[in-house]
Amino acid sequence: MTLPANAKSVATGKENGKKNMSTPANAQKLSSGNGPKWALVALIDLALLYVIFLLYAQGEILFPLTLLVLCSIGTWVFTNKAGYCYRYVYPCLLGIIMFIVFPLVYTFSISFTNYGSANILSLERVKEIHLDKQVKTGDQVYRLALYQDNGQYQLQLTDKNDSANVYTSESFTLDGQAKEVAAQPDTSAQGQKLSMRDIVKQRAALGEITVNLHGNSRLVMSSLREFAAMAPQYREEADNVLVDIHTGESIRPDMVTGFYVNVDGEQIAPGFSVYVGGENYQLLLEDKGIREPFFKIFVWTVVFAALSVTLCAIIGLLLANLMQWEPLKERGIYRVLLILPYAVPAFISILIFKGLFNQNFGEINMILEGLFGIEPEWMTNPTFARMMILIVNTWLGYPYMMIVCMGLLKAIPDVLYEASAIDGATPIHNLLFITLPSLAKSMAPILIASFAFNFNNFVLIDLLTAGGPMRPGTSIEAGFTDLLVNFTFRTAFVAGQDFGLASAIATMIFLIVGFISWVNLRATRSSQEY
Amino acid sequence: MAMVQPRNLHYRVWAARIVMIALLCLVMFPFLMIISVSFRTGNFATGSLIPENPSLEHWAMVLGIPYETADGNIVEPTFPVLTWLWNSIKVSLTTSALILTLSTTGAYAFARLRFRLKHHLLTSMMILQMFPAVLALVAFHAFFNKLGGVVPWLGLNTHSALVMSYLGGLTMNIWLIKGYFESIDVALEESAHIDGATPWQAFRHILLPLSVPILAVVFVLSFIGVIGEYPIASVLLQGVDKLTLAVGVKQFLYAQNYLWGDFAAAAVLTGMPITVVFLIAQRYLVSGLTAGGVKG
Repeated sequence: MTLPANAKSVATGKENGKKNMSTPANAQKLSSGNGPKWALVALIDLALLYVIFLLYAQGEILFPLTLLVLCSIGTWVFTNKAGYCYRYVYPCLLGIIMFIVFPLVYTFSISFTNYGSANILSLERVKEIHLDKQVKTGDQVYRLALYQDNGQYQLQLTDKNDSANVYTSESFTLDGQAKEVAAQPDTSAQGQKLSMRDIVKQRAALGEITVNLHGNSRLVMSSLREFAAMAPQYREEADNVLVDIHTGESIRPDMVTGFYVNVDGEQIAPGFSVYVGGENYQLLLEDKGIREPFFKIFVWTVVFAALSVTLCAIIGLLLANLMQWEPLKERGIYRVLLILPYAVPAFISILIFKGLFNQNFGEINMILEGLFGIEPEWMTNPTFARMMILIVNTWLGYPYMMIVCMGLLKAIPDVLYEASAIDGATPIHNLLFITLPSLAKSMAPILIASFAFNFNNFVLIDLLTAGGPMRPGTSIEAGFTDLLVNFTFRTAFVAGQDFGLASAIATMIFLIVGFISWVNLRATRSSQEY
Repeated sequence: MAMVQPRNLHYRVWAARIVMIALLCLVMFPFLMIISVSFRTGNFATGSLIPENPSLEHWAMVLGIPYETADGNIVEPTFPVLTWLWNSIKVSLTTSALILTLSTTGAYAFARLRFRLKHHLLTSMMILQMFPAVLALVAFHAFFNKLGGVVPWLGLNTHSALVMSYLGGLTMNIWLIKGYFESIDVALEESAHIDGATPWQAFRHILLPLSVPILAVVFVLSFIGVIGEYPIASVLLQGVDKLTLAVGVKQFLYAQNYLWGDFAAAAVLTGMPITVVFLIAQRYLVSGLTAGGVKG
């Protein structure tokens, strides 16, 4: 996707976009190395165009179009002198567009469809599936007998209506692969005739066999005893309507529900994805079984993020102060040990906590039992589960706050503390009247960023409780400790696989988080003005 | 050094020490416990911090060595933990290298070159980096599913798809590197230009060698970030041999198949190298993080 760095190294020195530096004198000499660059760009373009063509041939529109636009811009940037400055930005912008902006747009577009496990295919693909359906025609039915000889099998088929009409197939192996075997009018089969019990054992492998009868008709296994001629069930008419060849009934695609329906209105699986307008958003706002858990999860998400930030910030700030306190000589060792929770990968520490908090054989309950005789139900009681999450998240998050605070504390001039010491101030006075006011401005953006991070702290919840315990009486699964992201993830990938609804929730979260980052940006700017 | 010292300083230091030691006990408890559990016999063993009858069975399991129990049964290793570790390292190294390349050139343009839309791009990057990748998982899944139909080595269940999807995480790094580039005097590059260097040469031979510290910070930060990434990997990767460590270790702790002891050994084995790398790089990281933090 990205043009390698050496494409840039042969770039010409004479560029228009760069006005703050003088034009190099030897620019002309360097531009002679353009041959390989053109070849490289052409090669990459060719490869990309091939991929774009294949994607388009699959019936995709959005993906190949995006790729085509990006590919053309890239070609322009790397071949035109006016695009020189963009050569440095283009690769990273490409990454951002492909993996942040594009998924965002795509998610937004999915939220207006019913894309999900029941409606995952395109209309074209569903039509093909229906057209591939085979039914027993009923006019040619043959009893089967299976003969085995040294691992080789032969089928003997006897016409149900005329027992003199016997066909025997060529030898074949039963290895579960789909294959076609030819059969001739013949009564002599090699080897031993297998009993019904053995045929049952070979049922799956036999189901893959198609018998070509004398070049006339093709038979497949229709029951344990019989092979029968098969024919397609549907033929296509105009406007994607399919007609049952044998009954004459027609089925047509319903563009509202995304299913083929027959004249009685019965839906025939599989479904295809269709545009449903604002239905998913309407569901979120109006369906009681979805709206109530959604709102409660939203409130818990905000409470969780706010509490996490507050707890981490308080502990981090106090520890940072202690780490700067000169009389505490051995503070270097404390610092390394205190940073450990941040150094160990979170997925490992969260899982360690999951084991330690286990209700039945977790070490924490064992200690609590021994000391106080209590065994809190960390995993099944909503209140305890939430407490556990906050404890673990504080443990995980305070080192970052401590590191940041330590950096910021260094910037506060010592003279302030000198002056307060002369006035006889206590450490609490120092903290409240010197440290906190000095930190407030530079801490604000960090606190907001940390809030946004915890608002979407998917990994913590997913690994620790997976959202549980579950809320009773909701139409889609929702847990007491679920954050909005976990709720979205479950809706999309675990229960129900409703991608459309999940995308609608994701879009709502996009808006909330976007607002938070906008506020953050304002806060950062105002802090930089000072 | 404060010159005015309160009289009761001695007691305060001791009070602080006691508080610190109590706190460190709480902080270190999970680590000590997990090391202890990894040496206990069996998966449900309980007991004191120092195991009563230490055994290496969990370590053998994790290292992929079949283990013979006391009653003569041979236990085969359940999960390819070392393969997972290798997968994680492979993906993290590739991603970090790519992110470093892309964000360094990008940051150079934002710090030194003039072009249209520069400030708009910077602001929108700031907002975009806040969107969590978890929410775009549906899109990633669909995208690589379809791409895999055309280019098999970029489909679902491949490491290259995973690396690609991690590349979106480079915005923060562009800001970090850009801030560092801006602290380097432009005069150095300008004198190179007077001597006839192209912008690429000035970037390659003057700016880059001067920015090695921040490049190291970015590399280590993205390495740690990728190695701990879990949601995207859990959706894109499916085969047991393809999993990364973050997705894999979870498999030890399913309710119906609870392998607490094996998990402990796997956690210590794989957590150790990452932790050591972090602690070595810690000094630089602290300055990098605070610099990034102050600049937002």
